[in-house]
Amino acid sequence: MRIPLRSSVWIKTAEVLVLVLAVCFSMGASTAAARFSNLNHQLMCTCGCSELLGECSTAGCPSRTQEMADLTAEIASGKTDQQILNWFAVKYGATVLAAPPARGFDLLAWIAPFAVFGAALLGTILLIRHWGNLPGGKMQPVAVSNQANMNPAERARIEQIRRETGTDGDV
Amino acid sequence: MAAFGSFALIVALALATYNLLAGAWALRLIATGQPARISPERLADTARRAGIACFWAVTAAAFALVYAFFTNDFSMTYVMEHSNRALSAPYKFAAMWGGQEGSLLFWAWLLAGYGFVLRLTHKKDVKLYAYAGTILAGIQFFFLLMLYFAVPPFSLFTGPTPADGNGLNPLLQYPEMVIHPPMLYLGYVGFAVPFAFALGALMMRYPGEKWIKITRGWTMVTWMFLTCGIFLGMHWAYAVLGWGGYWGWDPVENASFMPWLTGTAFLHSVMMQEKKGMMKSWNVWLIFATFLLTILGTTLTRGGLVSSVHAFAQSSIGTWFIVFMGVVLAVCIFTYILQRDHLKSEHQIESLVSRESSFLFNNLVLLTACFVILWGTLFPILSEYVQGSKVTVGAPFYNRVAVPIGLFLLFLTGVGPLLPWRSTSMKAIKRNFILPVIVLWTTVLVCLLVGVRPWHDGSFDRGDFYALVAFAIAAGVTTAILSEFLRGAKVISRQAGRNLLTSTWLLTRRNTRRYGGYIIHLGVVIVVIGLTGQAFNSSRTAEMGLHSKLSIGPYTLDCVGFTQDSNLNYNSEYALLNVYRDGKYQFQMAPAKRLYLVSGQPETMVAIHSLPTWDLYVVYEGTNPDSGRPIIKAFLNPLVGWIWFGLVVIVFGTLIAMVPSLSPATASLRVPAPRNAPAEPALKGGD
Repeated sequence: MRIPLRSSVWIKTAEVLVLVLAVCFSMGASTAAARFSNLNHQLMCTCGCSELLGECSTAGCPSRTQEMADLTAEIASGKTDQQILNWFAVKYGATVLAAPPARGFDLLAWIAPFAVFGAALLGTILLIRHWGNLPGGKMQPVAVSNQANMNPAERARIEQIRRETGTDGDV
Repeated sequence: MAAFGSFALIVALALATYNLLAGAWALRLIATGQPARISPERLADTARRAGIACFWAVTAAAFALVYAFFTNDFSMTYVMEHSNRALSAPYKFAAMWGGQEGSLLFWAWLLAGYGFVLRLTHKKDVKLYAYAGTILAGIQFFFLLMLYFAVPPFSLFTGPTPADGNGLNPLLQYPEMVIHPPMLYLGYVGFAVPFAFALGALMMRYPGEKWIKITRGWTMVTWMFLTCGIFLGMHWAYAVLGWGGYWGWDPVENASFMPWLTGTAFLHSVMMQEKKGMMKSWNVWLIFATFLLTILGTTLTRGGLVSSVHAFAQSSIGTWFIVFMGVVLAVCIFTYILQRDHLKSEHQIESLVSRESSFLFNNLVLLTACFVILWGTLFPILSEYVQGSKVTVGAPFYNRVAVPIGLFLLFLTGVGPLLPWRSTSMKAIKRNFILPVIVLWTTVLVCLLVGVRPWHDGSFDRGDFYALVAFAIAAGVTTAILSEFLRGAKVISRQAGRNLLTSTWLLTRRNTRRYGGYIIHLGVVIVVIGLTGQAFNSSRTAEMGLHSKLSIGPYTLDCVGFTQDSNLNYNSEYALLNVYRDGKYQFQMAPAKRLYLVSGQPETMVAIHSLPTWDLYVVYEGTNPDSGRPIIKAFLNPLVGWIWFGLVVIVFGTLIAMVPSLSPATASLRVPAPRNAPAEPALKGGD
């Protein structure tokens, strides 16, 4: 049996949800301390430890000290987060950014996973719907000899027990 | 010992070559029915015996290397570079896999071990095992060839024998390093076995789905080892690297996670083939992909293509692996094209809302996650190729892309088992889902009330948002799983007159695979709850003199002293910290910094006090070069202990799922008849 889909309601709900999420995700941290914590987790330490700036555990790391000082100064200068990240990329090179910037060729890094997921999801849904519409697509119920003489109520009861006690399959 | 080890290796190589060639020739004779001077069955059996002998030869080579470590034979380059006299015995053993050559020998030995067991149990299905054994011999041949010509572990040091070795990498001198790599390698190497069975079954056009039943145990064991290996690696990173985290999306970590994802997808979708004869091509390619990903991961991290914070065994053997991967892929594609008509599905999915389609979506999400990780790992190489400059793809990328996918997967973990096979009705959906949905939304409300809110001071906190969603879904999924247990147990309780606990046990024994799977899902939920705690981590750093205090969460750390210690292998500096809570003394912690004498490398020894609610994690970072005062960094990491407990539950569930279910006959013996019912005639005779 197909699940009835009140498409317009669902689509509108989905649109509102997407809008709310988009607004949420576009908002950033506001206080200086929160911005400092947020930004030092978007930058790499350049000492060679391959760790985020905020997580570098090298004792007395000179790179971390310098970068942290730069970050504090940049936040105090009133720049936006993006301007600060750009400033760091110019001073220390693109590898100081812990994630690829969302522009130019690097935008592909962000788009590809969602594009692949979306395409695969759409393909799977279309495939299942196509299979469901095929004339031979429906599976025939398996004939069980000892159920042949049962009335529908008994058969339904057995099906229920089988389902409830886990004898109908796996996870 | 070097000569003995080299000799054992060349003997092993010869035996693997014979196993491969004779096995392939025998199988060709059997398939074509051509007459031959020697019976093809006899020829195949000699190939099998050569495979068994190969195991003993590789064992001898591995023994030679371990013996060289224990006898401090520094005339061997590998021993000299990875050991020293003062190294303790467990680490001398672990030094075997501390570098490139030894770890590949260890890999070859494990592969030979898996092959040994496979060849000994060949009577289950002689022909299929002959195919699988021959394919395994091909893989073994590659590793032994590489060991002999590209990365010989028994090469001798040129010049006078040094008095002492360079020592083992300090990061590897930690108890988990004695068991983490073997577990991980057992997982990596083990996937060669289901791969060999799948390829063999496809080559011989194996009738039916029996080969899947045969390989199921192998796949489950392998998956369990890989899971344990990954978690032990996480714990090692947590306890040794001293940054307060356990997963950094490092290429080496990613390399182990990718085959785990495809292997997990295979374990799910293979049920569709067993039950419905569906997704045959898909399953074959999943297992091919899993094996290829183990090789790709090795290529990426050992071949020097990507840099990693803990790739301890890099060299220029990438070309060997790329060629091997190319050959394997070509064989897979060729065999698939040749035999694809054998993989036609017997049924198709009828409804979008059914158990079958939930498996399909589960596979889709797992493979997308795998793609994201592969993409993130390879993107720096791609970017350098296209733009001429590298970019970093670190934790922020994966947290934004992989976390939502992971949450969706967690959601499917709860939804899938509640859907019946074939199709469902709105009534059934309401009946099965109403309680989990109520619990889910109640959890959202409770979380918001206790302060897990995505908004702080007018700004959106992505970490808290994900935490809120994760807690809510985890609660919903747990309810769904427990209600499945309860529903079944109630029926058995009614039938057998047993209490609910005993009925739950009987229910599990009746279908170990299904309920073992549920326990694994429960373990995954527990792990996710543990991972979610990361959103609430807090840390404080301070220079601490005598009786300086550092407060974090409910704790106050009072520095009561510093001390030093030394042995032949390393010098240690400790800070002694008394921990108080609400003014009351609780315990003492002693974070340390070690300096290894031979290598001159430092290592952090983190002090961890673990509770179900949080870990108090204290790092002695060293001393400030300007002030000379020790630097202490303290973390309060909520719920970390749940991750390790989740692993225990996952392993328990896997072991349950591997135990055969009670057959109906046995079940009827174990489950007593209702109290008022007459006794079964079969039991009258005192059986």
